[in-house]
Amino acid sequence: MNPILNEVRKRRRTVVDAAVAFLVILLIVQMWLLTATLEAYLAGNTGAALPGAMLSLLLFLGCFGLYRFVDRIYRT
Amino acid sequence: MPTNTKPDRPLWTEEFSVYAPEDKFVLRRQFSKFLVLTSFGMLAGNVWILFRSFLGRSNPKYAAKEIGLASQLQRGDVRLFNYPTNNDPCIMVRTRSGKLAAYSQKCTHLSCAVYYSKNENRLECPCHEGFFSAEDGTVLQGPPPRPLPLIQIEQRGNQLFAIGVVENREKS
Repeated sequence: MNPILNEVRKRRRTVVDAAVAFLVILLIVQMWLLTATLEAYLAGNTGAALPGAMLSLLLFLGCFGLYRFVDRIYRT
Repeated sequence: MPTNTKPDRPLWTEEFSVYAPEDKFVLRRQFSKFLVLTSFGMLAGNVWILFRSFLGRSNPKYAAKEIGLASQLQRGDVRLFNYPTNNDPCIMVRTRSGKLAAYSQKCTHLSCAVYYSKNENRLECPCHEGFFSAEDGTVLQGPPPRPLPLIQIEQRGNQLFAIGVVENREKS
């Protein structure tokens, strides 16, 4: 097996692992956000709903971008 | 390792590869896809909350229910009843100030039954020491995130009636 190609594969896998780890972190933040927004809503405080939804959208876009990144590495 | 040099491979081999290094990539990609779908689910949850917030929360109407005589409740006395259904325990208190107040008996933390402490003039949850004001049901201390739902009372002569439940009061 070509050692250079092998090294490239290993590095790509490291990059993909980092992306997946970052994705998990974003997801944990989003989970906390949903819980906090729901708690505020149930307490009668509706002011947190809009910022919560906007931040959640940003986090989703971040997750989607990371997925596209992983997918692109897979396909190249 | 997938490359563009394998165009004649059937599609299913992309997801079920026989090559170990390629399989690791597939696993990570599928896991990422699952995480993104979960993220989308949580975004949908946030949007649902936003939608509900714009609509506004309304308190449902319930039929009036007789809950006893006002003259039987002296200061510091308590009466337990169920409203609006038999599965909704409530507590009515004649507070130290003489005010008659009724609340849902379920603590807003984990639904333990609250009881009235005559000495402290407050409603106490024995599970995690969450305390509520007997005057207005607001949280005084502990883990409860919101006030106790308020049971609206109407006095007709000497007779007391529960006429509604108010749940979405602002956090104090």
